[in-house]
Amino acid sequence: MALKIIGSTCSGCSACDPECPNDAIREKSGVFIIDPAKCTECEGHYDSPQCVAVCPVDGCIVKA
Amino acid sequence: MQSAYISLGDLKAHRNALAEPVASESAGGCSSSGGAGKSSCGSSGGPDDMPSEIWDKVKNHPCYSEEAHHHFARMHVAVAPACNIQCNYCNRKYDCSNESRPGVVSQKLTPDQAVKKVLAVASEIPQMTVLGIAGPGDALANPKKTFETMRQLTEKAPDIKLCLSTNGLALPEMVDEICKHNIDHVTITINMVDPEIGAKIYPWIFWDHRRVTGVEAARILHEQQMKGLEMLTARGVLTKINSVLIPGINDTHLIDVNREVKKRGAFLHNIMPLISEAEHGTHFGLTGQRGPTAQELKAVQDACMGGANLMRHCRQCRADAVGLLGEDRSDEFTLDKIEEMDIVYDIDKRRAYQEKVEAERQAQHQAKVDALADALDASLIAGQEDLKVLVAVATEGQGRVNQHFGHATEFQIFEVSRKEALFVGHRRVDLYCQGGYGEDEQLPSIVNAINDCHAVLVSKIGACPRDELKAAGIEPVEEYAHEFIEKAALTWFADYCGRVASGAIVHQPRGDASIRQGAVMAA
Repeated sequence: MALKIIGSTCSGCSACDPECPNDAIREKSGVFIIDPAKCTECEGHYDSPQCVAVCPVDGCIVKA
Repeated sequence: MQSAYISLGDLKAHRNALAEPVASESAGGCSSSGGAGKSSCGSSGGPDDMPSEIWDKVKNHPCYSEEAHHHFARMHVAVAPACNIQCNYCNRKYDCSNESRPGVVSQKLTPDQAVKKVLAVASEIPQMTVLGIAGPGDALANPKKTFETMRQLTEKAPDIKLCLSTNGLALPEMVDEICKHNIDHVTITINMVDPEIGAKIYPWIFWDHRRVTGVEAARILHEQQMKGLEMLTARGVLTKINSVLIPGINDTHLIDVNREVKKRGAFLHNIMPLISEAEHGTHFGLTGQRGPTAQELKAVQDACMGGANLMRHCRQCRADAVGLLGEDRSDEFTLDKIEEMDIVYDIDKRRAYQEKVEAERQAQHQAKVDALADALDASLIAGQEDLKVLVAVATEGQGRVNQHFGHATEFQIFEVSRKEALFVGHRRVDLYCQGGYGEDEQLPSIVNAINDCHAVLVSKIGACPRDELKAAGIEPVEEYAHEFIEKAALTWFADYCGRVASGAIVHQPRGDASIRQGAVMAA
């Protein structure tokens, strides 16, 4: 259970990074990536995945 | 005289509402009861128009003082890419279009890189007095990066004024931090005070760990904006309100916005045109929402006069702009280039240079006041009562008509009557003259940009564009080359009225003009 960021649509804005309760997001070559080993889709933390809720690009973050 | 592209009846109804007394004026706000021919404060005010502690804050701030923007420079550093709301005029592939030119991308910097860049610019451009963080997202949605940059700058460059721009959503909880870092100018983008209207501008906000949509989202944003503005006013932080004029959505509503922000102590109100192009990929661009015409923008700005003071000289610059407003030297200060620079931050040298610039500014101000007195006498006698016309001016600075028509990339627009020549805005155009040869295809776009003007004052103009401007009904005027702009405009106006009175010419109202779309100009 994890999410992934589609690198070709990521704008690199970094909005997702500080919202992640699992510290699973980091920058790589100007875009952001999610560590699937750490991602819990925010279950147990919030009602909805925080990175999806804050991301300005629709469809950029999807189920891995 | 004014073209009724927006129902002027609507505007007048709102304007009358404005005349009602508003709640007590705050420390940050200014009186709107200036003498005739003189705006009381704000962007075109001078030392006589406001308390000295406020004048000290704005006199060398190019965004807060119209006069200062000819002399002092600013820079933005793009350390804050994230945003906490979505706007229908924004596509986050690009910079925030509230605060920057839509469709441009700024080079993102870490706080350390940003500080290095500021010091490099400060040592190269000693009249750079202001540092702003204006995105490319929202400065307060990136609090760590924003305040780390500010913290280092307070330490390393204590003479630079610090500013930031925000949509206001996170503002109330950041006010303490803002004051701690000595940030004494804050811009809030406020496009509505009615959540029903807000819902047409903001599809969602990120709030309390949820994406909130619709009227609920706009209501939360509105409450946070008003609360944040009131808190800043209470702390004596000067505020500028940016509003994007979106025809059919918030045009007349901006008069309500103006009233509400003035009531809460806003120092300046900057009403800027929506820039909307399909190629920017914004919701508005893709759905065909258009930007306002020049006269639509002016009609709303005029209806707001008497409310919060209006900023008319905004160039909607980008999130990494460097230099005087209207110019952009950011290419000289890329990361690669500043790596190679020998950076010496000499505060005394900067101060000495700024004192010189300030002395020049004062001398120029006095010379202008003196020059204006005679011109005003003449125009009061010759000028026709109730007549107001617009003139376009080509200037390279120093407040004078001193630019060749063919070299102008923008024209300043002055509204002239027998009593005053008032700066009301500027229009960007494509350069007419390239390599000494006029480009005929550029002329129609220049005419479109100043088509609501009766005359264009220049230092010189070639024969071809002169004839074509005349054919379009715009009088090219070279007679006042190197004269102060206001004096030139008033003297031309007296002459114009004289010619109308003698029957030599017939006064004709002008049409509308277009505001240039797209992101062709870098700054």
